Amino acid sequence: MARSAQPLGPFGRAGVLGAAFVVALIGGSIWAVLQFANAPSGLGPADWAAVRFTIWQAALSALISVSLAVPLARAIARRRFPGRRALITLLGAPFILPVIVAVFGLLAVFGRSGLLNAGLEAIGLAPVSIYGRGGVVLAHVFLNLPLATRLILQGWSEIPTERLRLAQSLGMDSRAIGRILERPMLRDVVPGALVVIFVVCTTSFAVALTLGGGPRASTVELAIYQAIRFEFDLAGAALLSVVQLVIAGGAAMLALTVSVPSGFGAGLDRPLPRGLAPRGWRKGADACWIAAAALFLGLPIVMVGVSGLGGVAELPMSVWQAALRSLVVAAVSTGVTVSLALFMAIAVARLSQTASRLVETAGLMSIAASSLVLGTGLFILINPIVNPTSLSLAVTALVNALMSLPFALRALIPAVRVAEGAYGRLSASLGLGGWRYFWLVLLPRIRRPLAFAAGLTAALSLGDLGVIALFAPPDGATLPLQIYHLMGAYRQDDAAAASTVLLVLTLAVFWILDRGGRGDADA
Amino acid sequence: MRPMTLAVSAALLAAGAAHAEDKPVLTIYTYDSFVSDWGPGPQIETAFEATCDCDLQFVGAGDGAALLARLRLEGERSEADIVLGLDTNLTAAAAETGLFATHGQDAATLDSALNLLPVAWEDDVFVPYDWGYFAFVPNADMADVPTDFRALAASDTKILIQDPRSSTPGLGLLLWVKAAYGDEAAEIWEALSDNIVTVTKGWSEAYGLFLEGEADMVLSYTTSPAYHLIAEEDTSKAAAAFNEGHYMQIEVAAKLAATDQPELADDFLSFMLTSGFQSVIPTTNWMYPVAEPEGGLPSGFETLVQPGTVLIFPAGRVPDTREEALDEWRAALSR
Repeated sequence: MARSAQPLGPFGRAGVLGAAFVVALIGGSIWAVLQFANAPSGLGPADWAAVRFTIWQAALSALISVSLAVPLARAIARRRFPGRRALITLLGAPFILPVIVAVFGLLAVFGRSGLLNAGLEAIGLAPVSIYGRGGVVLAHVFLNLPLATRLILQGWSEIPTERLRLAQSLGMDSRAIGRILERPMLRDVVPGALVVIFVVCTTSFAVALTLGGGPRASTVELAIYQAIRFEFDLAGAALLSVVQLVIAGGAAMLALTVSVPSGFGAGLDRPLPRGLAPRGWRKGADACWIAAAALFLGLPIVMVGVSGLGGVAELPMSVWQAALRSLVVAAVSTGVTVSLALFMAIAVARLSQTASRLVETAGLMSIAASSLVLGTGLFILINPIVNPTSLSLAVTALVNALMSLPFALRALIPAVRVAEGAYGRLSASLGLGGWRYFWLVLLPRIRRPLAFAAGLTAALSLGDLGVIALFAPPDGATLPLQIYHLMGAYRQDDAAAASTVLLVLTLAVFWILDRGGRGDADA
Repeated sequence: MRPMTLAVSAALLAAGAAHAEDKPVLTIYTYDSFVSDWGPGPQIETAFEATCDCDLQFVGAGDGAALLARLRLEGERSEADIVLGLDTNLTAAAAETGLFATHGQDAATLDSALNLLPVAWEDDVFVPYDWGYFAFVPNADMADVPTDFRALAASDTKILIQDPRSSTPGLGLLLWVKAAYGDEAAEIWEALSDNIVTVTKGWSEAYGLFLEGEADMVLSYTTSPAYHLIAEEDTSKAAAAFNEGHYMQIEVAAKLAATDQPELADDFLSFMLTSGFQSVIPTTNWMYPVAEPEGGLPSGFETLVQPGTVLIFPAGRVPDTREEALDEWRAALSR
């Protein structure tokens, strides 16, 4: 749908500025790394193998995650059952957990001595191995299905209730509703979800390495890690980082071209009516989807929670201090990300199509840029001015904020677009602008995705692994880093207990923020 | 958003400033697990500060390889006076940077002080502080523990190893196989490929997976069972002794050429070989000390596997050997 550009206004300008800031930060980091490199470097055959594997696994992971998420989100959107809200929160858990904790949860179910193989053995079947390329994709689906589901679920909840009522009163069956209302919505939401998951999977490192079973499953990010850490080949690292950006940028542009805004316009912000969900076999199918997802996503999480529960009371003080530090970092990251994402979303809604795609792509770049290159570049930039260690928590917060920006943007853009499209011109003609427009018109309409974005960012920042060892402060380990320290000191039981704390904390923060945006709402 | 970031930075800087006193500060870069609450760092800090009237500050910078990368990034601007935690597989690359100063200790005196180190020490830049042998640690209930790499490859034993491209024990295993088998190393890796459950990023992940029951054996150290024995009173774990011999890891420290505290740094390097430092190592870093601490090794260490043959490449040969061995490894496991 063609759109004409609207005046940007102060918020939109801030958004464009924000996008420029993100691009400058990423570009500046890569530039700094390149400046530091002393020898030119090319890509070897092993690097190209890594590029191929990276694209293959990311594409497959994104496709499977989103294909499963569509029926799951539909089932959740149209059914009401006890524990639905708790389920929605819990389903978010895999995505926001630190990767290594999630992997341990997954292994408790699918590993060599996990529940699945114990079950297979009990009925006399051969064990299955999770390790290998299949395991990498399985883990990525486990980690990203929740995000895909939430993004698509949000699409469903943004189909204006009035349209559904109209459809109902016209006697449409669920097939017709699917064609006329749901499919255009999916056309709007699915490409964005696909690309965000594709991009996050391209930078996968620990999962690919731990479950991949060996060098067959080397990703570009691992090649970057190796280039910086073991060979100090900074030119090679910068080059690989550019390759990663090109892959992600290409995918982003492709997806944004395919994506078509659904153009339902806004409704009167009424809650979803009851009695719209189809009955009969579809009810059973929905129940199956929900049960299967709850089992697939919930069981590993429950295993993580349970295995550490006994040790929580005996955790040393330093773990709690680390938890507090992580909360502070998360609060700062959330502030940065949510403001940045909000302004950028407003800019996207108001700019012409091409310009808005550029802003959106800038938002995606931040996860595509390797956090290792970003950290190294920032380190090189900061080092001549001030001891980087003294800025460690601030840099960690900033990098965490950048890493969660794309997810916050994905959550916000559709909602801001709808609200802007419906009320932007009217408000402008009424002379309602600036903060008054923001408080009275925009905010109430985007409260839900905004709260979701805040919850997601806070949780992601809590679970992120200190991002960059380069900036690790002397006495300031964050909780995920502390879990690593415990594992490094043979204290697997304490590490499990600390993981339980992290899990509970992450879920609580996500729940509180996400909940704050719903209040009366029904989805 | 900016004001918030700045406020946090300002608070951090203020906290840092409040910490500083008039005492001279000795800054030591080391790996994370050395400075963690469970590592040797805290005890060593107390012990050294009791003798030096200075403020010893450890800065954790990831693992051994990350330490070196960080120093190279900082160059001569580095605040580090000493780097502690490189191993002999990294010292050639480290020496090449020209960032380190010679330790200035008399070679013969140093070598005789290193009375627990099984090999002669000749380096004039790096001073060793602990060492260990790489070894596979099997599950307690494992029957028929393999006694060499060929037997391991022929068996259906499942092992967890670390990636030599991201982890120091992973690199150690690579060099172990190369030192034991030379030109046949590629063949050994091919035969081992069906035994490898997975290759992890670092030691912690592999050991964690092992404790969760994901494999029969994990690549670690001959001293790992000492942790289970001493800290957990679990006598069931013992490293697998391999007939080819075991590859050795020697961890070292060195003074930076650009240090602003050269005397203090020398004092620390000397202190490193005294009992105040060495006695902390066995039960915090779970490695062998290089000099016998007062009262000897903690009881339990006498139960550990003693290799018949000690394998180690001279530091200068590591870079080229590593390149070659890495290519073989990657080719063998990529099939």
